[in-house]
Amino acid sequence: MSLLEVLRPGPLSLLQDAGRQGWQHLGVSPSGVMDLQAAAWANHLLGNPWGTPLLEVCLGGLVLRALGDCQVAVCGAELEIERESVQGRERMPGWSCFTLGDGQILRLGGVRSGVRAYLAVAGGFHAAPVLGSVACQVREGLGGVAGDGQPLRAGDRLPIGQAASVRCAASVPWFYQPDYRGPALLRVIVGGDAVAFAAAELQAFFSRVWQVAAASDRMGMRLDGEPLQAPRRDWSQGIAEGAIQVPPDGQPIILMADRQTMGGYAVLGWLHPLDRARLAQCPAHHPLRFTPVSLGDAQAELREFYRFFGRP
Amino acid sequence: MRLEPAGAEALLLVLAEQPQADLPLRLAQLAQRLRTELGSLVTDLVPGWTGLLIHYDLLRCDPQSLAARITPLLEQWLSEQSLPSAGERLHELPVCYDGEDLEAVAQACGLTVAQVVELHAGCEYRVGAIGFAPGFAYLGELDARLALPRRATPRVRVPVGSLAIAERQTAIYPQASPGGWHLIGRCPLRLFDPSRQPPSPFQQGDRVRFVAIDAQAFGRLAGGA
Repeated sequence: MSLLEVLRPGPLSLLQDAGRQGWQHLGVSPSGVMDLQAAAWANHLLGNPWGTPLLEVCLGGLVLRALGDCQVAVCGAELEIERESVQGRERMPGWSCFTLGDGQILRLGGVRSGVRAYLAVAGGFHAAPVLGSVACQVREGLGGVAGDGQPLRAGDRLPIGQAASVRCAASVPWFYQPDYRGPALLRVIVGGDAVAFAAAELQAFFSRVWQVAAASDRMGMRLDGEPLQAPRRDWSQGIAEGAIQVPPDGQPIILMADRQTMGGYAVLGWLHPLDRARLAQCPAHHPLRFTPVSLGDAQAELREFYRFFGRP
Repeated sequence: MRLEPAGAEALLLVLAEQPQADLPLRLAQLAQRLRTELGSLVTDLVPGWTGLLIHYDLLRCDPQSLAARITPLLEQWLSEQSLPSAGERLHELPVCYDGEDLEAVAQACGLTVAQVVELHAGCEYRVGAIGFAPGFAYLGELDARLALPRRATPRVRVPVGSLAIAERQTAIYPQASPGGWHLIGRCPLRLFDPSRQPPSPFQQGDRVRFVAIDAQAFGRLAGGA
């Protein structure tokens, strides 16, 4: 069995999959990849099934050495991808798959645009699932390489599973490769406590330009901007990924993969699930705008996405 | 009562505007029934104080077809007024009342430390909801004489097993985590273990009683756990 050895982990590299399903009633966060689209492409390029465990590399900086041959693909954030062997170094393309030979080193540079790169291997990374998933949830101490919620560390050895098919030489068509540089326009399904907001406040949410706050993380993306007047809510209720919560300080928080299972703040709507992927690639201070989308349109597009990538 | 979209892949079922004493247990029964009847259409079911969040599989249903499946089950559940007492579970949790905030809580409530302990251990609680963190059970209702707002500044790290109170609720932190509740004691039992089946002993609607133990007994139980 081939494996990849971590020489340098980078600031935050995590083993992830499609997330922990069926445990939210016990307060367990679903976790899973932040950028559903880039992760799906990385697995798709290698012929891996939906949700195959891969690495989410936040800000880049990961260095790995191959022990045995493997096929890899790196999608998502734009960064330098270098394959190093005794013959020298060679730059490899993103959104494409290529072979990493025994003893070769793969270096990911710092991100130039976007935030998270996804490194998949044909056959997927192998780790013992915790509550049905290998998704690394640092806060809850669940999943990851050793099952205890730790990010990748230097010296970690990542075994690679048996590849279903060897299908290498493919690239993601250029028109599907997102450009993370410009301001993000994110679609919102309006609902929840939206009716309890003053009409002018809802309008303000959609007309203002917001910025990603530095305190954002895998649990929630916090927005900086002129505060909104939020209605009060008393009792915590189950809450879904992408929910746009507005706490009393008026600065919205959009719940992401490592979100809590219940929340007590007013909710004005939910991000279009596919636009969470775009948000996951926005660094601190990145400008954001929002526009409404109907529930039906969002669902139709999401279904199409799931079917294309073979979600079971 | 209302059933409304909660994002692209969830429906929120709201059954009451305010929490009610018998609702958690009845909600747990409803959740169980929905789980059984809806099978793989539902990916996660999160009971809260006043309703249920139903996460569904968008490739197997849509909000309309799911609502059509839920409505008759809900009508049947509503028609069953009597509360079956069988299956109700009681947890007795040993706690050492020596929390960091115990004296401050007593002072803020105008009580002695002994009175705080007596009031806290003197009544039975119900699991109203499980959330915030794995295995974190919100227990209600705390005696009104002990009701305090959350701390102005949350602690960055509350130690594992801390027994805490806030407003009319009490809870034990199953893991070390940030937290804004007042710490009044410690429980030596491990309350969330992903390698155990089920990982948490609590279910919504369960009854919980606290049994005061001293530091020595705590050490024995914690060491043996």
